[in-house]
Amino acid sequence: MDFLRPTSWRDALEAKAHHPDATPIAGGTDVMVEINFDHRRPTSLLDLTGIDELASWSEHGGKLRIGAGLPYTRLIDELGDRLPGLAIAARTVGSPQIRNRGTLGGNLASASPAGDGHPPLLASGAEVEVESVRGTRLLPVEEFFTGVKRHALASDELISAVHIAPATGAQQFSKIGTRNAMVIAVCTFAIALHPERQRVGTGLGSAAPTPLRAIEAEEFLSGELADSGQWDSPRPLDDSVVRQFGDLVARAASPIDDVRSTADYRTHALGVMARRTLGWVWDEYRNHPSSTGRPECA
Amino acid sequence: MDTRIELRVDGEQRSLTVDTRTTLLDALRERLGVTTPKKGCDHGQCGSCTVLLDGRRATTCLALAVAHAGSEITTAAGLADGEELHPVARAFLEHDGLQCGYCTPGQICSAVGMLDEAEAGWPSSVTEHGEGGAALDESELDDEEIRERMSGNLCRCGAYANIVTAIREAANGSGR
Repeated sequence: MDFLRPTSWRDALEAKAHHPDATPIAGGTDVMVEINFDHRRPTSLLDLTGIDELASWSEHGGKLRIGAGLPYTRLIDELGDRLPGLAIAARTVGSPQIRNRGTLGGNLASASPAGDGHPPLLASGAEVEVESVRGTRLLPVEEFFTGVKRHALASDELISAVHIAPATGAQQFSKIGTRNAMVIAVCTFAIALHPERQRVGTGLGSAAPTPLRAIEAEEFLSGELADSGQWDSPRPLDDSVVRQFGDLVARAASPIDDVRSTADYRTHALGVMARRTLGWVWDEYRNHPSSTGRPECA
Repeated sequence: MDTRIELRVDGEQRSLTVDTRTTLLDALRERLGVTTPKKGCDHGQCGSCTVLLDGRRATTCLALAVAHAGSEITTAAGLADGEELHPVARAFLEHDGLQCGYCTPGQICSAVGMLDEAEAGWPSSVTEHGEGGAALDESELDDEEIRERMSGNLCRCGAYANIVTAIREAANGSGR
């Protein structure tokens, strides 16, 4: 097995262009499991951990650009106040040891329908920056996933970063599993309020072949809130609205029966998680309409 | 394909040739005879192979040796100061934080790494966020926090109750 260890992003892109079959490896927390258990025998590995710029983040034009190689622990510590939904999800990834190594870029590249980082990215309308020697593309995250463990990357492309706007309203994430640590999610749900454009964002995990948004549920709730003037003067939500939102989220799912759960349970649980997390974010919004999850500047 | 690498293991410079496929755990145990980190599951679930890798806790079964050429590795054995046990290791002994001992080196490395993370104010999924997401106060490292922060290490003997007690004492003791 060849081992390629570029020390600059330019070299990494050149290496991927010359070795399109090379398996990129960052934290290694997915790739190494496959290698140790002989589920995969890569002809070559492209180690991205030697590229410092990949493990950094920056802010441009009101958006955060998170380098694909930023470990979860740093994402939580350094960006958790501005990306509360993503941070809640990140704190449920693997175990503390895994979070010290695992990266959002790796989560995307694995493209598992159960990837914990995906629902919050969907709820916030994030974009994935992918690059090759031919140039750079920005893909809406929902266009990035093309099937179970499949994504829209060409064979010479690498994920360079995720672009995501800091929260402008309350965000939540909910995950079902037998325990917090080291479980693959039975199902997950993320919700984000975007009061500046009077929209609600959602993201579902382990609910279909790819992570997905519940678009009908988003449309319904955004419409209800706007029609009743609740963005400006929020009141407790009607039970019927909460119930309808949960039903529409559950209806967006097309889950399967597998070793972790049944399709019926997943569908039911998604509705419950949708109602519950909506309650949490709406309470937060009612109490702090201008809350962005970070301290107000004096 | 074989590659020559250098590692600094428990303060000692080591040089070895590894196949590029070799995990850091296998390199330590099979090639260097450093058997402190244990192989339990070989896929990051159990935490028995945890070491401090350049100061942060990591499972060595999920790390490639070649990717960590030049790294500084501290195993549970390397935490001791000569004959003097590390305060966390001593607390495990004093509180019977083990039965068979197989998971113990990983538990101890994980606990030492965890206490550093808590001291740096890193929150966990059970950390209550104050207004504006206040960082963790170290004095808030209660049993629930310890359990969550040690959730990457399994103990099949079920010594968890005493492991939590040992870590609580090490966290609040003056010895660290």
